[in-house]
Amino acid sequence: MHKLTSPRTAFYKFYEKQIIEDPRNNSSRRKQLTLSKTELVEMYRKMLEIHHFEEKVFDLYGQNLVPGTIHLYAGQEAVAVGVCANLRKDDYITSTHRGHGHCIAKGARLDKTMAEILGKKTGYCKGKGGSMHIADFSIGMLGATAVVGAGIPIAAGAGLSIKLRGTDQAVACFFGDGASNQGTFHEGINMASVWKLPVIFVCENNLYAMGTRQSIVMAIENIADRAVAYGIPGVTVDGNDVVAVYEATNKAVERARKGEGPTLIECKTYRHKGHSRADPATYRAKEEVQEWLKKDPITRFRAKLLEMKILTEKEADQIEQETIKAVEDAVKFAIESPYPAPEEALEDVYA
Amino acid sequence: MREITYRDALNEALREEMLRDKTVFLLGEDIGRYWEGAFKVTKNLAKEFGDERVRDTPISESAIIGVATGAAITGMRPVAEIMFGDLTALAMDQIANQAAKLRYMFGGQTKVPLVIRTPFGAGVNIASHHSQSLEAWFMHTSGLKVAMPSTPYDAKGLLKTAIRDDNPVMFFEHKLLYPIKGLIPEEEYTIPFGVADVKKEGEDVTIVATLYMVHKALAAAKDLSEQGIEAEIVDPRTIVPLDKKAIINSVKKTGRLVIVSEDCKTAGVSAEIAAMVAEEALDYLDAPIKRVAESDTPIPFSPPLEQFVIPNEKSIIKAVKEIVY
Repeated sequence: MHKLTSPRTAFYKFYEKQIIEDPRNNSSRRKQLTLSKTELVEMYRKMLEIHHFEEKVFDLYGQNLVPGTIHLYAGQEAVAVGVCANLRKDDYITSTHRGHGHCIAKGARLDKTMAEILGKKTGYCKGKGGSMHIADFSIGMLGATAVVGAGIPIAAGAGLSIKLRGTDQAVACFFGDGASNQGTFHEGINMASVWKLPVIFVCENNLYAMGTRQSIVMAIENIADRAVAYGIPGVTVDGNDVVAVYEATNKAVERARKGEGPTLIECKTYRHKGHSRADPATYRAKEEVQEWLKKDPITRFRAKLLEMKILTEKEADQIEQETIKAVEDAVKFAIESPYPAPEEALEDVYA
Repeated sequence: MREITYRDALNEALREEMLRDKTVFLLGEDIGRYWEGAFKVTKNLAKEFGDERVRDTPISESAIIGVATGAAITGMRPVAEIMFGDLTALAMDQIANQAAKLRYMFGGQTKVPLVIRTPFGAGVNIASHHSQSLEAWFMHTSGLKVAMPSTPYDAKGLLKTAIRDDNPVMFFEHKLLYPIKGLIPEEEYTIPFGVADVKKEGEDVTIVATLYMVHKALAAAKDLSEQGIEAEIVDPRTIVPLDKKAIINSVKKTGRLVIVSEDCKTAGVSAEIAAMVAEEALDYLDAPIKRVAESDTPIPFSPPLEQFVIPNEKSIIKAVKEIVY
């Protein structure tokens, strides 16, 4: 079990407290953060969409309809949804090989995403990218890269573009615990910090980089502690609590839009399944997996929504049925779509 | 026409394109108001356009190109400078896996209008980490374009085209070329990619040469002229896209080909050009193709050692004489 507060994180909470209580800061931090019923229900729906989408992808893979491999987002739904609920259509995100959840949370179409995963011509990337390279530039989804950490400077670049163009857009950059050891993490966040770029760096710490546990490759426990090296706020959050993720991101997005610079948010979460489809994840203790399954973000959120009487059981079930249907429609579309013509492999190299 | 140095021609190209298009901006180490570029190519630009648009970066080659790529896919047209071509190695993922591939991988949804400028070249005794010619790495990477101007005229025209191109362009300069002078027109002009320039006409042998080697070839040609051999010097100016037609047309005329390139011989640019000619124009060759290139070693420091490994007039003349008889 990890501790959410190390001495370093305590320092950051103190640092943040200073910022909150500085009267020169706007009242935003002191105002109550309220989420409307519509917003809460929408987050619930989105998490279910991701969950059922990934379940279906898992099934289709078992039926040999998915070429290559897949890296499922199951278990981490609260991070993508909590972050993206703060973003506008014209805000940007960068994503990773484990990116289906990011895309869907940002507003990508299920049918074009599924078609891309199946390698069909009707996919977002016309079959040229696949599961690890989904992109939808029309909604600011700048693409998923499979090189661990490569999206970090690219996200900073989108932030620089925003700054030079003078808009109030923001960028959310998703990456994992493994990526936080890549040189690009250091270089990209350093640049974003010194240039005060509007980027929210979201580290999804699911404790394992492929099969390697965090404690084997890092001497520190909380990746958010690295923020001190860049002079920016570093926040550690329960990544399986969608409202907590939403709140932390909300502060970071506001900071970004005001030109105050980037934030590093570390979301503690867990993969329900192995790294990729072929991985039985035997490197994880059964007890640990069971412990985390009990903290499943969707189950927790549903219970919360019922408890707060935001939804009745019937309404919650209804929403789940709707998402199951939406995913089934996407699968139908993808399966019925044609593959691209072989010669298309030679197109789109140059603009 | 007026005379101008290669470095000033580049400076003019940057300045004109920045005036023409607000989305063009520069980033790199020491390019701003304090140093104005390791080779002074960006002189006065920070003063004119400000520190935001002519931006000094930390020493982070990978992030320099990554940030430039991110800006390029969100509406800007960055021109990134890598101080020495050898240091592109530090940014190879962002260049070859990201910038070069994003358009293709995402099915044409985006374009990456990015220019990466950097100098190659040996001859100034700064040894193995500051003297290489690595263009072959980039000729080999699909999705990139590669420009290599040898004169001030070519430098200005090609850089303007590079900046206006919607694709990632590797723009390779040469340390020894920065101070050389040449004539350029008063009026604005650009040079298209994929169009070679015949720097000297001749009947007896085709010499394809790039970057600084164009000048060594010209010097060798003068010597050869006195010996009754007229070389035709073809400067591709861009190796991607490569003007294959111009090279083959010249070979049709002369029947003999020597390729001079400053990169290491094995699998260098000269190897690609030789293979291409052998594949597509074998019938026109009257002798084997000759390649004059750097030895397959790192660049040594001490002057006699360094001079030994770089192609020079003597080695060019020797190669020509081996096939012209």
